[in-house]
Amino acid sequence: MIEIRFHGRGGQGSVIASELLARAAFAEEKDVQSFPMYGVERRGAPVTAFTRIDENVVRDKSKIHTPDIVIVLDMALLDSVDVTEGLKPDGKIILNTGKPPEEVDLGVDNPKYTVDASEIAVKHGLGSKVAPIVNTAILGAVVKATGIVDIETLVDVIKEHAPAKKEENAKAAEEAYEKVRGEKDE
Amino acid sequence: MSEMKIVSGNYAAAYGSKLSRAEVVAAYPITPQTEVVEKIAQLVAEGEMDAEFIKVESEHSAMAASIAASNAGARAFTATSAHGLALMHELLMWASGARLPVVMTNINRAMGPPWSVWADHHDTLAQKGTGQLQFFCENNQEVLDSVIMAYKICEDEEIMLPAMIVEDAFILSHTKEPVEIYDQELVDDFLPSYDPDYKLDVDQPLGFGSLGMPDWYMDFRYKIFEAMEKVPEKVEEVNQEFKEVFGRDPGGLIEEYKTDGVDVLIVTMGSISSTSKDVIDELREEGHNIGLARLRTFRPFPVEKFRELIKGVNVVGVLDRNYTFGHGGDAAREIKDAIYGHHEPIVKDYIVGLGGRDLTPKILKNIMEDAIALQDKGLDKEIEWVDLKVNQKRWRR
Repeated sequence: MIEIRFHGRGGQGSVIASELLARAAFAEEKDVQSFPMYGVERRGAPVTAFTRIDENVVRDKSKIHTPDIVIVLDMALLDSVDVTEGLKPDGKIILNTGKPPEEVDLGVDNPKYTVDASEIAVKHGLGSKVAPIVNTAILGAVVKATGIVDIETLVDVIKEHAPAKKEENAKAAEEAYEKVRGEKDE
Repeated sequence: MSEMKIVSGNYAAAYGSKLSRAEVVAAYPITPQTEVVEKIAQLVAEGEMDAEFIKVESEHSAMAASIAASNAGARAFTATSAHGLALMHELLMWASGARLPVVMTNINRAMGPPWSVWADHHDTLAQKGTGQLQFFCENNQEVLDSVIMAYKICEDEEIMLPAMIVEDAFILSHTKEPVEIYDQELVDDFLPSYDPDYKLDVDQPLGFGSLGMPDWYMDFRYKIFEAMEKVPEKVEEVNQEFKEVFGRDPGGLIEEYKTDGVDVLIVTMGSISSTSKDVIDELREEGHNIGLARLRTFRPFPVEKFRELIKGVNVVGVLDRNYTFGHGGDAAREIKDAIYGHHEPIVKDYIVGLGGRDLTPKILKNIMEDAIALQDKGLDKEIEWVDLKVNQKRWRR
């Protein structure tokens, strides 16, 4: 079973991202589950969302405490949220930043991947410069960094299920897939 | 064509009402139920669902409108949660007393104060005496399946009672997973249209809701008793037919998971059951003779089935996601009541997961190991509150 945790802010599309990733894995014949950590959410507040993917039926209905993959949609969250909490020792972290991965210090040795999803989102007209909607761009990076699903599957799912600007969202995912950097890629 | 879709428990309930061809839907929004009515309103607005959607000013009115619709011979559906359900209380009894097969979804949410929007079965169990049949669901597929089956059970002329399909707040209501949305023709063959013998009809006027004098009232109650006694058999019968038509077994009165000849039986309701099955598998691999009974039907309580199930069992560990003020959890009490004077194993009541407190496989395993240990040491405590801040260390280890 692969367990994934998304950290974002209300309005960035974390919940939709967790759902699109589940849909993509389901399209590749895996069993899936996607759910948000519900507080009583509002725009701008920290949001956590989760996806479970497995070859077998997913029966575990508890929250995800030890994720295999952590995805950070907003770097400012690092000041207030412990994004690496419970992350498995070999678990991967994908971050939305223009910085190369080795310049990001999270105090853990886990492999890090970075992509400027905000810039890519704005370029494709997704949200504004102040509040870019980065969910589909970050997913492109996640797929490249982890290989959970094929990028073609993800793009198809985005084209079918993105709530708006389907083509733009698909292009953002493709561009982030190409641009994501891992620590050893340099 | 039937189709697999990734949907939330709330959408599963909405699709269940659509496939059942509910004709009147009256509801008032409340977290975490809101999406059920949003989706139904959308389906109606887009012409995909042929129903009258009535916006009402409260849950009390939602059930009142559903009752009136049902009385007029329409198939009625509604949905609510926690405080909304409590506000319906009076009308829940009216629906059963008037013998109207209104079906509703209740999203199990804790009652305030303190305010909570998270999973807890107290809201539903506080209504167990209102004449509603109560079905607890383990996953989103079962929510959809149960709505369809509930109409078939409730509209049977020997039953004619309302039902609640209940699902856990957020754990099912807002979690998306694959659900088969059946072909409409398949559902139509399984569930005929609702055509009661007596209904409001201007051409054939009849009186409804009349006075029950002391020499008659008791007999009306006896007729409900008779109907309730017939429900267990009807639930199993409809479950069997559902299995044949849709190729899926929702579990009938009690779903038995690896219960053959077990020494320790764990009893669960709702979404905890799903996680618990993984833990049962783990413990069985470690050599423990343990199984799980998922209480799917809480009202009427499946007394006979339970008596059968506990034969030869040493310990029954009951996981109650409720505390209904006064003693312990409701399921443990009902179970003790059912088995009194028959085979009597140790019964321990574990109060768990109130107000949405997370139940991890680890905590569930600790509970089950505690139940296993009772075989040697005997009952240490009748009611155990699990994973409180004050006893966290013991349970999480």
